[in-house]
Amino acid sequence: MTQAGHVPGAGTPAASAAERARRDMLRDARVTARDGVRPRIGADALCEAILLQGSDTIWGYPGGVILPLYDVLVDHPELRHILVRHEQAASHAADGYARASGNVGVCLGTSGPGATNLVTGIGTAMLDSVPVVVITGNVPNALIGKDAFQEIDITGITLPMTKHNYLVRSADEIPHVIAEAFHLARSGRPGPVHVDITKDALMGETKATHPSTAEIESGLPGYKPKLDGHPRQIKLLAEAIAGAKRPVILAGHGVLIAGAERELLELARTAHIPITWTLLGIGVIDETDPLAYGYMGMHGWKHVNRAIQSADLLIGIGMRFDDRVTGNVRTYAPKAKIVHIDIDPAEIGKNVVADLPIVGDAKHVLDALLPLVTKVDPATRADYFAELAAWRTESEGSSWHGSGGFRDGVLSADFVVDRIAAGSNFDANLTADVGQNQMWVARYGGFRRANSHLSSGGLGTMGFALPAAMGAAVAVPEKVSWAIAGDGGFQMTLQELATIVQERIPVKIALMDNKKLGMIRQWQEIVYGGNYHSEQLAGPDYLKLCEAYGLPAWKVSKPEEVDAAVAAALAADGPALIWFEIAERQNVYPMMPAGKGLSDLIDKWGDDGEDVTEGATGPRVDPMDPTSGGAK
Amino acid sequence: MTPTSTARSLPGSGEERRHLIVAIVNNKPGVLNRVASLMRARNFNIESLAVSVTERSDTSRMTLTIVGDEVHVEQAAKQLYKLIDVLKVQDVTDESIVEHEFALIKVRATKRTRPEIVSVAEMHRSKVVDLGDEAVIVEAVGEPAEIDTLVELLREFGIKELVRTGSVVMSRGSGSIEEQVKR
Repeated sequence: MTQAGHVPGAGTPAASAAERARRDMLRDARVTARDGVRPRIGADALCEAILLQGSDTIWGYPGGVILPLYDVLVDHPELRHILVRHEQAASHAADGYARASGNVGVCLGTSGPGATNLVTGIGTAMLDSVPVVVITGNVPNALIGKDAFQEIDITGITLPMTKHNYLVRSADEIPHVIAEAFHLARSGRPGPVHVDITKDALMGETKATHPSTAEIESGLPGYKPKLDGHPRQIKLLAEAIAGAKRPVILAGHGVLIAGAERELLELARTAHIPITWTLLGIGVIDETDPLAYGYMGMHGWKHVNRAIQSADLLIGIGMRFDDRVTGNVRTYAPKAKIVHIDIDPAEIGKNVVADLPIVGDAKHVLDALLPLVTKVDPATRADYFAELAAWRTESEGSSWHGSGGFRDGVLSADFVVDRIAAGSNFDANLTADVGQNQMWVARYGGFRRANSHLSSGGLGTMGFALPAAMGAAVAVPEKVSWAIAGDGGFQMTLQELATIVQERIPVKIALMDNKKLGMIRQWQEIVYGGNYHSEQLAGPDYLKLCEAYGLPAWKVSKPEEVDAAVAAALAADGPALIWFEIAERQNVYPMMPAGKGLSDLIDKWGDDGEDVTEGATGPRVDPMDPTSGGAK
Repeated sequence: MTPTSTARSLPGSGEERRHLIVAIVNNKPGVLNRVASLMRARNFNIESLAVSVTERSDTSRMTLTIVGDEVHVEQAAKQLYKLIDVLKVQDVTDESIVEHEFALIKVRATKRTRPEIVSVAEMHRSKVVDLGDEAVIVEAVGEPAEIDTLVELLREFGIKELVRTGSVVMSRGSGSIEEQVKR
């Protein structure tokens, strides 16, 4: 009897299969002979299915078990594969691609660490309802569950943070699963869908055909997104609007996802209602429109939060009354009746009690509502709008930007954001990172069109800006794509500088360097009584860094240098970076401390009339230089 | 701050009670894990869970008991319904239903106590399914409260082992949750 080796259960079919699979793993499996006709394999079906769904870009990184796909990519030249430097960037780039274009983004990684590196981007897309299809390779079927090299239970990991996920074990399943994944990702409340495919499935020969949309839908009896709102509820909403004296529209991401900006504006104009927006709702209306009132919430405009607190009717559309929007729910808009329109029934009544819930797609609901809405003569709301205008003048005038504090020779971040937006004719896509920079972009970006603001709102993922802006630049090449990041977030994903140089992706990077984790420093100052820790952030010489990567870069530390640098970066052919040395201790105001209400905003300018930039004009602290002192 | 009469009320009355949820799901690998993972992630505590295949081999039926107020439980049901493999979810707590549970109870026995245990079992619509020198196994079917009572009575003999399936429910009359599943 021959020795079968040290295989558990040696000789059994399962053990033989596992052994074969191990040998396949060790061999650099070349699936096809390039010359002559080769059979169609699962990896081909995957490429075809992605192209059939209208996506032409994959953000990915190769690895052992996903190599069969890379072996056939050359035969699908319509599919552009962009090699990133870290899988996290692939998932953010696919996310940015989707946010900017409305198409489904696709990212790819190998098993094990390739897959786990994608996870942060999957969570980011999940919390912000972004349609992304995530593809990972997995070890051969026979090795699943054996703790094989680079094997991890990735579908177990992504299960709670995806809209749905799959483990595909045979090539024949691929066309159907990929079509279903795209359908789920983009329909209803969008979200990421993860497809984990074993190496056998990628390599197996298949004749499986691609299903029609009808076949996909009929195969999903448990998935029927409700698009149309209930007619009775919509009629009640029209009545509520007719009876309201101080209505406010709260527009969220759902309006943009539904493409309902025109209907929203028509509602606001017909019933003469101011429009306010959430972080992800930025772009629902041109901010220069007379009915555009502003950004709400924890770091929103004081006048906007005041309007919400004094409203008698709040019409929430495609938003979820998240804690950053409401603050303490018990003190939220105490006089208002709340209308909540959302496509996800689970959002209704989750955070606030809706007096009038409407489950449906924003566009469908607004289309049904508009014929029922009584035209309101603006004159009848003259007092209301005069009060709103007065609040606005006061709140904008008292912001650092409005007060002209930046002119004292320090470079204030809000001024920089404003000049970037203006220098790009208010037509660029601005991708923010997370923290203070994110709030400055939200407040001062001056957005004029839908899907031009990209921000990790729900998960708050630092490192998001550069890779997501990369995705936006590829998805919408006709628009300038800015990544506006703090020095903290930038250093989390700056390896992608190599990607944008290699692939000539024309991302313009605005690095807002305050040599701090600015929002951490702000919280430690205000909430933790000045007990600073881990907020000082050393960074490299970014000009040298860019030189090393082969990227044109400028350093700006004075307000008067900003416009020229922005123009130079925009004029550069391809990617470029501006290193803005901004004020080190500028805070984002107003601020609603966690647990407080919208009426409890901290707004130092308003409270004591003084500019709180004390320290911002003090000596610069170089965290690389121990002698420069942290001015604690 | 202390809530005042003008304060906006939070979702839910805060009055917790036991709810019975029936879910019809695709009979596929991993669906139970999806349901369990969701309940954990959203902070819902499953008191009991019974799963089995339905009249159709492609669907399974889950009966969950959850304790919470009406909004908490409604959230659980809505979140469950968002799972692609969940076809139908219904809170049947306040409906006219038959709710039964199955239990096996291994009771310490001696020659002297054995007849006593058998008679207790018989008085409670249960039966003895295994009779040994030192232990008997009592099998019980009934409403959870009935089983509670039986367990209490048997406890004085000493319970060596107890297994309960959790409730399964069915609505009275001709209505069928499974027939309501749209396909």
